[in-house]
Amino acid sequence: MSGAMITVLYFAWMREHTGTASEQVTLPDGAKTVGDLMPQLMAQSAGHALALKNMAAVRVAVNRNYGDLKTVVAGGDEIAFFPPVTGG
Amino acid sequence: MAIRVQQEDFDVGAESRALQGPAVGAIALFVGTVRSLSGNDSVTAMTIEHYPGMTETEISRIEDEARGRWPLFEVTVVHRVGRLLAGEQIVLVAVSSAHRQAAFDAAQYIMDFLKTDAPFWKAEERGDQLNWVEARQSDSDAHAKWMLE
Repeated sequence: MSGAMITVLYFAWMREHTGTASEQVTLPDGAKTVGDLMPQLMAQSAGHALALKNMAAVRVAVNRNYGDLKTVVAGGDEIAFFPPVTGG
Repeated sequence: MAIRVQQEDFDVGAESRALQGPAVGAIALFVGTVRSLSGNDSVTAMTIEHYPGMTETEISRIEDEARGRWPLFEVTVVHRVGRLLAGEQIVLVAVSSAHRQAAFDAAQYIMDFLKTDAPFWKAEERGDQLNWVEARQSDSDAHAKWMLE
């Protein structure tokens, strides 16, 4: 599966910290879950590291369904990171 | 089923009339608005963003769960996005049923779950400051209350 791409989305203050709303990332070799992606995502910039350092304060969605660090990912997936929601 | 995420305002009267039907005996509506008084200083505007695609999916899931609990005819959820000024309408939840209890309860249930699960984020403008609103514990508590039933 080397070279498989995923799309990573960031919302609200996470988008501001990372400086991007959407990015294409190569799925690291051997990565099976959202948690496996974290080191690579955090290494992209100081802003990424800041946005993703406290995952207890962040929600995760995989293909537009709520997940967590243990959710399985594969090439073509859309992974979103965002703060707790504040609509309504 | 009517779930809409839009920049435009909505007409509560028109939305209410649209839920009418021969067996409808109760229509409950909730409208959320931009509060200008929040804490010690005043909020002049609010900017709301969302996760297109997931937002509609989540609200639809919440509606399905409400329909599993109460006998409902129609459910309308309208949530605005973009920059809204103090006093403007943000969200409408409207539910029709044969009797009031189901309509009241379902409207509250949908609103409580929308607050904790639908991917919207608000940023408040106070003077020249724009700050992201933090999630409230009271919203999580309102959500949790339904899980006990």
